[in-house]
Amino acid sequence: MELLIEKGVGSMKEEIGILEARQSQIFEKRSGEEQQFDIACDKTSLSGSVSQRACVFCGSRVVLYPVADAIHIVHGPIGCAAYTWDIRGAVSSGPELHRLSFSTDLQEMDVIYGGEKKLYRSLVELIDQYQPKAAFIYSTCIIGLIGDDIEAVCKKVAKEKGIPVMPVHSEGFKGTKKDGYKAACSALMKLIGTGSTEGISKYSINILGEFNLAGEAWIIREYYERMGIQVVATMTGDGRIDAIRRSHGASLNVVQCSGSMTTLAREMEEKYGIPCIRVSYFGFEDMSKSLYDVAALFPDRPEIMERAREIVRDEIRKYYPEMQKFRSALTGKKAAIYVGGAFKTFSLFKALRTVGMSVVLAGSQTGNKDDYRRLKEMCDEGTVIVDDSNPVELSKFVLEKEADLLIGGVKERPIAFKLGVGFCDHNHERKIPLAGFVGMYNFAKEVYESVMSPVWQFSPRKGGL
Amino acid sequence: MTAKAATQNACKLCNPLGACLAFRGIEKCVPFLHGSQGCATYIRRYLISHYKEPIDIASSNFNEETAVFGGSHNLQLGLKNVSQQYRPEVIGIATTCLSETIGDDVPMILKEYRAVMGSDEPLPVMIFASTPSYSGTHIDGFHAAVRSAVKTLAEEGPRKNLVNIFPGMISPADIRYLKEIMNAFGIPFVLLPDYSQTLDGGPWAEYHRIPPGGAPVHAIASTGCASASIEFGSTLEAQKSAAGYLEERFGVPRHHLPLPIGIKASDRFFAVVEKLTEKPMPAVYEDERRRLVDAYADGHKYVFGKRAILYGEEDLVISMAAFLHEIGVLPVLCASGGKSGLMKKRLLELVPDLEDPGIRVRENVDFVDIEHEAPELLPDFLIGNSKGFTMSKRHMLPLVRIGFPIHDRFGGQRLHHLGYRGTQELFDRIVNTVIEQRQKASSIGYTYM
Repeated sequence: MELLIEKGVGSMKEEIGILEARQSQIFEKRSGEEQQFDIACDKTSLSGSVSQRACVFCGSRVVLYPVADAIHIVHGPIGCAAYTWDIRGAVSSGPELHRLSFSTDLQEMDVIYGGEKKLYRSLVELIDQYQPKAAFIYSTCIIGLIGDDIEAVCKKVAKEKGIPVMPVHSEGFKGTKKDGYKAACSALMKLIGTGSTEGISKYSINILGEFNLAGEAWIIREYYERMGIQVVATMTGDGRIDAIRRSHGASLNVVQCSGSMTTLAREMEEKYGIPCIRVSYFGFEDMSKSLYDVAALFPDRPEIMERAREIVRDEIRKYYPEMQKFRSALTGKKAAIYVGGAFKTFSLFKALRTVGMSVVLAGSQTGNKDDYRRLKEMCDEGTVIVDDSNPVELSKFVLEKEADLLIGGVKERPIAFKLGVGFCDHNHERKIPLAGFVGMYNFAKEVYESVMSPVWQFSPRKGGL
Repeated sequence: MTAKAATQNACKLCNPLGACLAFRGIEKCVPFLHGSQGCATYIRRYLISHYKEPIDIASSNFNEETAVFGGSHNLQLGLKNVSQQYRPEVIGIATTCLSETIGDDVPMILKEYRAVMGSDEPLPVMIFASTPSYSGTHIDGFHAAVRSAVKTLAEEGPRKNLVNIFPGMISPADIRYLKEIMNAFGIPFVLLPDYSQTLDGGPWAEYHRIPPGGAPVHAIASTGCASASIEFGSTLEAQKSAAGYLEERFGVPRHHLPLPIGIKASDRFFAVVEKLTEKPMPAVYEDERRRLVDAYADGHKYVFGKRAILYGEEDLVISMAAFLHEIGVLPVLCASGGKSGLMKKRLLELVPDLEDPGIRVRENVDFVDIEHEAPELLPDFLIGNSKGFTMSKRHMLPLVRIGFPIHDRFGGQRLHHLGYRGTQELFDRIVNTVIEQRQKASSIGYTYM
C-alpha cells in the first residue's frame, strides 16, 4: 500500500504546531472582507492526532445507557464494559439496571472459536438473574472481525425469554461516534411501535436527546407537564422500555442533542408521521424558546402557551437577581468551549453572553458544516472554531486567546487546571443539573465559582505568588 | 466460584491500560495504542479520573479499511503525526484486541517505518508491547510495557554500582518514597516506570506537550549494567518481567519481593537494599519503623479480630493480606479479577498459617461474585479501590480506599501504601475507620475514643 506520509516537519508554524492535515478543520473568524468558510468536518479522526473523540461503541453506549430497566451487555473483551461502568450521571427514578456493567469478557479461545455460545449463555443467565424488560447487546471491535452472528443469538434469546433483545451494531472501528448514535437509534426503532398507545392525549410529546444527567429530564418534563402536555417517553433519560415501545403515539418529538437523536426523530416522522422540532434546554433564552416552540404547535389550546409564558416569567424572576451578581463578576471574561455536539455550543454561546462572557474558542467532536457555519455567524471576530480537536490544539488556543474558562468534559479538565484556567464540566459526568432555568443558574454559579476562585493567584501563568 | 458466563462489574481492566500507564513513566514518551480511537480515549478518561493530570494517548484510529487491509498505513501515519505534534523521544506502542486479532505484525511495521523515514533526522525510540485485551488484565499490560522498555533499551556494559527498581503499579507517592529511600542509602538507581511527576506534577507556567518527568532513556539503557534489580509483585514471573529479562540476558541478579506493605515485607525490602548497598538502614527509616511498631501497639485493640474483604490486583491483595494478618485483622476474602493461578500459593508462602482461620482466596472474580460471598463472611470493612463503593453502600460497610482507581475521593495519586511510611498511613486509616464506625454507632457521642 502506498504510504501517504509527507516527509519533513514543514507544518510546525508556531510554538505549538498544528498538524498540516488538521489545519482544514480549524477556522479563525477575521474582520474585513468576506471570509471564505470551508471548514472540514464529518470525517474520521487523523491517526496519531490524539482526538478527544471515542468510537462507534461510545456513541451507542451513551445514547442507550440511561434506559434503566434493560440490561446492557457489552460483547467483547473486558475493557469496553469496564470503562463504561456507571460512567454517566444519568439517574433513574426506579430500576437501576443501567448502572451495572455486563460483559461477555471474551478470552483468547473465544476469539478463535467465536463468542456466540458465551453470548447466549450470558444473556440467558443475566435475563434470569435480573428480569429486565429488554436487553441491548453491544458489538465491540472484534465482533466485527470474528463474525459472530449476534442477530441470530438475539432472536433466539428473545423468543425463549419473551423480551426484546436488541443487537446494537457498534463495532468501534466502523465509523465515528455519530455512527454509534445511528446504531443506537435503530435499536430504539425496533422497540418503538410495539406498545399500546392507549391513553395518549393529543397534546403529547416525546422528549428526545435528553439523558437525565443529574435529573435534568425531570426538570424539563415538569415544565411541559405544567403546560398541560403529556410526556409519553423520554429518550433515553430515566428511560423505560414500555414507554419507548408506545412512544409512536405521541403527537410531537422534541429533540435536544440533535446529533444523537435526529436520525430517530426522522425515522419516526417517516414511519409514524410524528413531526419534530429541535430545541435546547441550556440557558434562559433557549429554554424559554423550547417551551414556546412546543406550545405554538398546539394552537387549539391557547392555555398551553399561557402556561409556558407563566413558567418562563416565574422562573426567570426567581433567578434573575442572583444572575446579576454573577454577571457583574464575570463580565469581560473569556471562555473556550469544547464539547461533543456542536448544537450545545450554540446554547453555551448565549448562556455565556447572559453572564457577560465572550467566547474565544468554540469546538466540538462531531459538528457538521451547517453547525459550524451557524457557529461562525454567532461568534465574534478572533474566535476560533475547531472540529475534532486534540489537547495540543486546545491548549494552544486556550493560551493564545487567554481564556479564563474552559467548558468541556473529563478529558479537557486537566488542560484547564494545569494552565490555571477555570473549568465547567458540561459532559456526562456532571452531578448538578445544567438544563432548565435552574440549570442556567447552576451553570452561572459553577462558572463563577471556578473563574473567580482565589486559587488561581498561585498559578504560575497568573504571576504565581 | 459460581460458573457465570458473563462478567458483571469487573474487578479488572484491560491489558492496554496498564501499558499506557507504564509508558507514562518514561521521560518524553507518548503512549500510542494501535487500534480504535475509543480505546485511547476511554483509557485516557479513566486514568484522568484518578490522576487528574493530562494524559495524552495517541491512536492509530482504525477504520473498516484498516481492519480489512491491515493497520500498517494508519500506524505509520500516526507515528509520523505524533512525532510532529509531540516531538517525543520515545513512543510507547501497545496493541489492542483489534490489531491483535487481525494479526498486524507491529515490529515489522516499525521496521518498515524506520526504512521509509530514512536517517535524515533521528527517530524517536519505539517501544512495543503486545497487549491483547482478550488475555490477562491491566497488570499484564503494565509489566509487558516495562519489560519491553528494558528489552528495547538496555545495553550491555561493565557492571556499575547501580540498582534497578521495578516496583510495579504503585502510586506516584509510593514512587517518590522509594526514590527517597534509595537516595538516602546513597546508591545510584533506575526506577521504572517513574510516573511520580508525569502523573502528579505541578502547575505549568507554559504548555508542555509531554509532562516533565519520567525515567530517561539513557537511564533505562543502563539497566543492563546494574549490579542488581529489585522487582515487586508476588505473582510476577521472571519470564514476564523486566528484571527477569535483565537476569537472563545480562546476568543482573533479580531480587523478587512482594510489594513491601506491612513491617515484615518492608523489613525484607530494606534488608535487600542494605545488602546491596552494604549500608545500614538510614536513621530516618529506623525511626519510621519504630513509630510504626509503636502505632501498632497503640492501635492493636481497635483492629484485632476485625474482618476485612480485600480486592484489587493480585499482588496488591497478597501484600495487603499479609499486612492485615500481622496486625490481627482477618482478610476473610482476598479477591481479584486477575487469574495468574498463583495468588493462593504466593499468599500462603507469605503467611503459612493464613488458611487456618478459613480465609478465602478468589482469583478471576468480579464484584457480583464478591458481593455474593460477602454477607456470610460478616465483614467489618472493605479494602480496595473505588469500584467497591456500590457494594460498600449497599451493605453499609466502610470502604478503605487503596490502589487504583480512586475516583470518588480526592488525592488517590498521593496515597502511600509501601514501606514503613505507607504502612503507617494504611494502619492509621484502618484504625480510624474502625473508630469512626464505633463513634457513629454509639448514641452516647464519645469524644474520646
